[in-house]
Amino acid sequence: MSRITACLQQLKQQQKKALIPFITAGDPQLDASVPLLHTLAEQGADIIELGIPFSDPMADGPVIQLADERALANGVTTQHVLGMVREFRQTNQHTPIVLMGYLNPIEAFGYQQFAQAAAEAGVDGLIVVDLPPEAAAEPIKLFDAAGLDTIFLIAPTTSDKRIATITATGRGYLYYVSLKGVTGAGHLDIDGVNSKLETIRKTTDLPIAVGFGIKDAETARLIGQNADGVVVGSALVKLIAEFQNDRDTMLSRVAEFTQSLRQGLDQ
Amino acid sequence: MSQNERDFLNTPDELGNFGPYGGRFVSETLMAALDELEEIYHKLSKDPEFQAAFDRDLAHYVGRPSPLYHAERWSRQLGGAQIYLKREDLNHTGAHKVNNTIGQALLAKYTGKRRVIAETGAGQHGVATATVAARLGLDCEVFMGAEDVKRQSLNVYRMKLLGAKVNPVTSGTKTLKDAMNEALRDWVTNVDDTFYIIGTVAGPHPYPMLVRDFQCVIGREARVQCQEHTGRLPDALVACVGGGSNAIGLFHPFLADESVVMYGVEAGGLGLASGQHAAPLCAGRPGVLHGNRTYLMEDGDGQIMHTHSVSAGLDYPGVGPEHSWLKDCGRVNYVAANDAEALDAFRALTRIEGIMPALESSHALAYAAKLAPTMDKDQTIVVNLSGRGDKDILTVAEIDGISL
Repeated sequence: MSRITACLQQLKQQQKKALIPFITAGDPQLDASVPLLHTLAEQGADIIELGIPFSDPMADGPVIQLADERALANGVTTQHVLGMVREFRQTNQHTPIVLMGYLNPIEAFGYQQFAQAAAEAGVDGLIVVDLPPEAAAEPIKLFDAAGLDTIFLIAPTTSDKRIATITATGRGYLYYVSLKGVTGAGHLDIDGVNSKLETIRKTTDLPIAVGFGIKDAETARLIGQNADGVVVGSALVKLIAEFQNDRDTMLSRVAEFTQSLRQGLDQ
Repeated sequence: MSQNERDFLNTPDELGNFGPYGGRFVSETLMAALDELEEIYHKLSKDPEFQAAFDRDLAHYVGRPSPLYHAERWSRQLGGAQIYLKREDLNHTGAHKVNNTIGQALLAKYTGKRRVIAETGAGQHGVATATVAARLGLDCEVFMGAEDVKRQSLNVYRMKLLGAKVNPVTSGTKTLKDAMNEALRDWVTNVDDTFYIIGTVAGPHPYPMLVRDFQCVIGREARVQCQEHTGRLPDALVACVGGGSNAIGLFHPFLADESVVMYGVEAGGLGLASGQHAAPLCAGRPGVLHGNRTYLMEDGDGQIMHTHSVSAGLDYPGVGPEHSWLKDCGRVNYVAANDAEALDAFRALTRIEGIMPALESSHALAYAAKLAPTMDKDQTIVVNLSGRGDKDILTVAEIDGISL
């Protein structure tokens, strides 16, 4: 059983919801990411999504676009990102890490090499935003062989027929995109999310995390009532950007914010 | 490989693949809209009424067929093959782009969506989109890199006069690729009521196929016209390649004609060796960007590189996937002309033939000027004069040190 599946099963037994924060690797500095990962884990994150920066983040809103630009200006490479996970794993063996990004940096690394290097570094899962299941057959074989869970997105526009394809292909958990839009958009429709979750659950027992547009304890609580987990990205990355020049304050603000999300979810 | 080895005549396959290129690499939210577009296009492309409406608009609104003009004086000066210019510059709005926007606007009308969006580099596709939107009474927003807004201010104002909203894009390199990112972000947000009119043969399936189909009118006409002029098919075709829509439009109807040699001319910028160019087919490698697998300009880590070209319309790090396949198949030769060569050709055609070409098309002319002297006087080259140069006057004046 993968670290992700074990984690989510345990939470389910405890009747708890997964808190899944997202940060961009190498933002605001290369050496900030490992301390941030530890802070998130210590303050209640169950799984962490770590973004591989890309020059053309088509599915992301302005907050994460700027984070990617900062990280790339810092010279971050895919090797660096794997190095961060390796370093994090020296003292944390229990928090699953999911790498999230776009296909081209992985393709440039080489699928086989990437799968192997990621697994060796201690990565548990992958979300590749622009890799739909129809095009994923070959990569998934390699990721499966390396013990990496390939996590797929489901959107409000996804047809029932596609939902069945995606749930049959997905591993670890499903990531439901709560709104039509880019990351960090602000028009969350809770009822719409709940009704779609109901539809998805008819086809699968995989846990479902919901992301896009969850920005505080209250939205986390509302979404957490029906989802198995919530993903919080832009709100966190925005906070990191705000205190990018003051490491201690940044880490303490991130800690406070993570605690507040945890409390929201545990209510 | 999903297709028969080297089969470039029956592309794409049902998944949108041109050999190993093309496909549909987008975020999940857009998959339904692309499925819908594919279904609508599949139906309408076989519908005689739709085709008749398209042909009617091309004849009476765009002004087709565009002439095939024998550039006799320039050919004589170059001292080799006879150069014929396919005059897409004479189309309504001044470039080949309108062939495609007419077609996609008819698709948009069929879907009932009231809003269209587009990305643009030089502004020609933006103008062509704003034009069809005005005619059909659709809301129109155009995304344009902030860098391009500066260097193509005339086209920006043209779009505004036509009633379009022009959104300068300040992310990334502030050019065409970033405009396309932003258009995709808008589309994902407004997918229910918005039709995305992509301007080139790139993007996720079915765009590379349908844009090609709409642009093929160029090559179909040129095929007939060349035989009328010379009694036979051309010996060579030359077209500039940014995303590659004018080139595929000219080339595609000739792909089965083995005697016809084809040259796609990329933007060599300051020279391929300088790294400052926009020539992925000449100097890049395959990767995935903007929904399709194709040759890209990328660094070793898969990050998309900054491109450079004097022409905003060619300043793009990718290229349509069908071109990638035609390159690998060896059917089309992809070459580059640099900024200086393009500017020389711009001046030459203007002074010798009284035709001012777009800087994009000037890259094709620059290569034709090299090719012609290596061929016999009774041979024929057809060059796609994809757009007119009025929009580039300020750029050329600035290079000349003149402020207008």
